[in-house]
Amino acid sequence: MARDRRAAIVGIHEYPLRLAPGVSAMQIKVDSIRAALEDAGLSWSDVDALYDAQDGEAGGGLQLAAYLGLKPSVIDTTYVGGSSYEFQAAHALRSIACGKCKVAVLSYGSVSASNRVAIGTGDRSGRVPNWRANMERPYGMTLIANYALVKQRHMHQYGTTNEQLAGISVSTRHHAMRNPQAVKAMTDLEFVGVNELTVEEVLDSRLVAHPLRLLECCMISDGGGAVIIVAPEVAADCRKPPAWIIGTGEATKYPENGGDITVSAGAQSGPIAFGEAGVRPDEVDIVMIYDSFSITVAVCLEDLGFCAKGEAGELVAGGRLAFDNSETRLAMNTDGGGLSSNHPGMRGIFLLIEATRQLRGESTSQLPDARLAVAHGNGGQLGGVHTGGTVILARD
Amino acid sequence: MANRPQPLLPEPNTGPFWEGCKAGELRYQTCDACGAVVFTPRLHCPSCLSGDLSWQVSEGEGTVYTYSVVVQNRVPAFIELGAYSVAYIDLDEGFRMLSTVLADDPMRDIHVGARVRVEFEGQESGEYPVPVFRPIG
Repeated sequence: MARDRRAAIVGIHEYPLRLAPGVSAMQIKVDSIRAALEDAGLSWSDVDALYDAQDGEAGGGLQLAAYLGLKPSVIDTTYVGGSSYEFQAAHALRSIACGKCKVAVLSYGSVSASNRVAIGTGDRSGRVPNWRANMERPYGMTLIANYALVKQRHMHQYGTTNEQLAGISVSTRHHAMRNPQAVKAMTDLEFVGVNELTVEEVLDSRLVAHPLRLLECCMISDGGGAVIIVAPEVAADCRKPPAWIIGTGEATKYPENGGDITVSAGAQSGPIAFGEAGVRPDEVDIVMIYDSFSITVAVCLEDLGFCAKGEAGELVAGGRLAFDNSETRLAMNTDGGGLSSNHPGMRGIFLLIEATRQLRGESTSQLPDARLAVAHGNGGQLGGVHTGGTVILARD
Repeated sequence: MANRPQPLLPEPNTGPFWEGCKAGELRYQTCDACGAVVFTPRLHCPSCLSGDLSWQVSEGEGTVYTYSVVVQNRVPAFIELGAYSVAYIDLDEGFRMLSTVLADDPMRDIHVGARVRVEFEGQESGEYPVPVFRPIG
């Protein structure tokens, strides 16, 4: 399948709580790093590369190593929104492949829920004069409205329906109900109904920014996690089987005169990653897509090549991408996603974690014999400036 | 009069645009080197990186490319507006602009593809009127 084996994910940890009052983001990062190293069977002294998206209170790339007590030979502070971890995984692969390091640590911690951060409906334009914010500030464009612009255009351009897209929320909740961490998350965050969803319930939930409704929007949680990426010679001695990184792609997209808002950066990053991996979308078992909103998933499925442009509505309708739906083998967001399990603001790391679980056979919604997984993060805002990071993982 | 947040000026890219609003002009740029239409305003051409741009004045008519009706916004100035639209407008001169379409009932009266015309809405919040759009006819 893959041409070579250059680096693998061997350690993962998802912080179990989504509401953690009194806990700091750095505690979440450190606890997660410790647990992920334990998962891999590695120790703190093995780590020689530190990746950080400048989250937490420790001060990003300048201060984090000092806080942790580490003198890494590679420091990478790539921050591109929620897809930061897909970009970092790509960079870790390259640094390992050229011999600069052997054991890379990616970590994330956030207390967005405890701090009551209004990610989707607050003012994000800042107080420093800025060329783009100056053209948006007077109009009250919330983050959710930005994604709603994409959904509206997708529906107009391709005839995609609300009913079809609701299928994304249905299959994702189906997975969440099987995941004890997700059930606790929804309970702790006081979801109105911690239960399986129907298409009708999604369509009946309240409008937030037309045409996006509440049950198409991700949660705002606390949380975090860590991922350990290592060289092949290290992977050989690890406790868990490796999830090999066999292809990566990075891209950006932004509003342009005459541009097509229904096409994301994934249309650039996806083909690069699949080309490097030497595999096709129709061979993929598991697809983990950053489900900030229903429309993000639909657009990215198309751009990665899981269906033709404009046809994601049919692909997801009725919850077809549930792991136990017999109409298609492809399973999506099997951990319960940002919609129903975990979204502290930058979900990208959980895409790598759940993809790895599936390749190990450890998911709570396990697809039998999952061999090939895709993690695709979308960072920034889908209808505005954003990034796409695609990582393709394979087991032995 | 409305009470929208004002742009933060001085800011070199967008300053001339907002001065245009004071003069009742919807301004955009063209590149002297390659002819590209440039918007959002900036100091260079994103097609060829030339720094030689000229300001133009739009006729102010265009088409709704896409829109949303915002129901929930925690910023006080927008809570007052109730349900309001945000929209990308494709102006006839070839540039796409984020704005709002004013309508009695945004859910009923705004459509993708609808023709719209600019007007400049005075603001209690400051000296810069904000360009907004209304359906034509």
